[in-house]
Amino acid sequence: MLAVESLTKSFDGFRAVNRVSFELRKGEILGLIGPNGSGKSTIFNLIAGALRPTSGSIRLDGSEIGGMSADQVCHLGLARTFQIPRPFRKLSLLGNVALAAFFGQRQRVTRGEAERQAARALELAGLPSDPRATTGGLGAAGLKKLELARALATQPRILLADESLGGLDHTEMDQAAAVLERIRAELGITIIWVEHIMGVLMRVVDRVIVLDHGENIFEGAPTEVAQDPRVIEVYLGKGHK
Amino acid sequence: MDIYLVEALLNGLLLGGVLALLALGLNLIFGVIDVVWIAYAELVMCGMYVVYWLLALAALIAILSVAVLGLLVHQLIIAPILGSPAINQLLATGGLLFFLQSFATLLFGTDFRNIGLRLPILEFADMNVSFARLIAFGVAVLGAGALYGFLSKSFLGTAIRAIGQDREIVGLMGVDQRRIYLVTSAIGGALAGLAACLLVLQYDVHPFIGLSFGPITFMICVLGGLGNMLGGFVAAFIMSEIISVGGFYFSQEIGEVLAFVVFIALIFVRPQGIFGRS
Repeated sequence: MLAVESLTKSFDGFRAVNRVSFELRKGEILGLIGPNGSGKSTIFNLIAGALRPTSGSIRLDGSEIGGMSADQVCHLGLARTFQIPRPFRKLSLLGNVALAAFFGQRQRVTRGEAERQAARALELAGLPSDPRATTGGLGAAGLKKLELARALATQPRILLADESLGGLDHTEMDQAAAVLERIRAELGITIIWVEHIMGVLMRVVDRVIVLDHGENIFEGAPTEVAQDPRVIEVYLGKGHK
Repeated sequence: MDIYLVEALLNGLLLGGVLALLALGLNLIFGVIDVVWIAYAELVMCGMYVVYWLLALAALIAILSVAVLGLLVHQLIIAPILGSPAINQLLATGGLLFFLQSFATLLFGTDFRNIGLRLPILEFADMNVSFARLIAFGVAVLGAGALYGFLSKSFLGTAIRAIGQDREIVGLMGVDQRRIYLVTSAIGGALAGLAACLLVLQYDVHPFIGLSFGPITFMICVLGGLGNMLGGFVAAFIMSEIISVGGFYFSQEIGEVLAFVVFIALIFVRPQGIFGRS
């Protein structure tokens, strides 16, 4: 449903993303991994409309979305979470998410409907839907959940989940993985999951793409990735056999 | 306490209402769009002319026409240079300031004009309080309250506040930044229009009337912390009291000089403004 073709992004001559192509199939969870600075977040920014591609195309159901603004992409049913959570501290939890529900859909909803959808998104992400709850007491894991709830509130068809911060312990990562699986199962949302460590991701994704220095160096099943010589070189360093 | 001092304090309070309204509009634009409209008081001047020429239905038309003017300022002047350095944006709105002053001179000449409406002076407890000032204060406070309600209760208002904090995230939530900027500019213009309606009750209109309110409005915004609407609201009353009480003890001019001195002193101590965060 989403086709990325020879996508390239240069910053002052430096190619952060270099001729990357891949396809996202409806209903799958696609893993996007690679070391820090390999271009994962830049790809998300290009798809979500925060950056304009230098060249190449991004097609959603056959129509070009590369270069559209963030709000236009959002209205087409594509939502993303941020690596570093950025809530509006002056708004309540529900207020943060309701704003996304109200503005994030192409079809305008009423205030009450926006708040109902926001409450549902909060529950799905594992946060309280109580209108009095604030963002104050949230730790790293809680803020990640808020990012997710906000993305879900826009009623997306495709979710770009940027989890590459780490900052979560093993239990929290398992929980995050379980939530993504639930989102796919219950809401039928197709997911691209960005991560820089392989760990939990490998157990959940259907396919995985490995990036290094802005290039796509591997695409295939998670079972094959650990045997690929280029991936081993990137993750474990040269000379490792 | 001296009854005349009480009268001066009261007059300062009443002056503060309109100044607060002006500061609110300027802060809104700065806080959301991150641009300083140096020609803001000239929009007020335009509004005063509208009231002067179209007294019937004037208030409504003045508010609407300055709102449209605000929209045009954004669309024609700010939007094309939104990404350029702040100093260029300042110069562009500075150019607008001279354009509006000259254009008004061309159209209306330099005559001082008033709407010929003389509202009574109220006398109570041995004090004289102008009815025009009382109305101006009441409407200004109501206007500020309405804006506060809109910004804090409605989704559109919340998006306006949120976009000042984080442009990128708001876009991802489906908010169209250009539309928010247009709405904000129109509200900023409408506040200038409302202030014009209130000021025309007390002052004559002439092409350079903006200079009487522009500098003090900027001072108030900076003192309250640029972009901080509550800070600007409070600072407006501090400044208006200094002007009014200073005017009572010395003269109107000395009152304004005192306001500037206090401003300079406070900015030395707190460069980010009294309510600004460093």
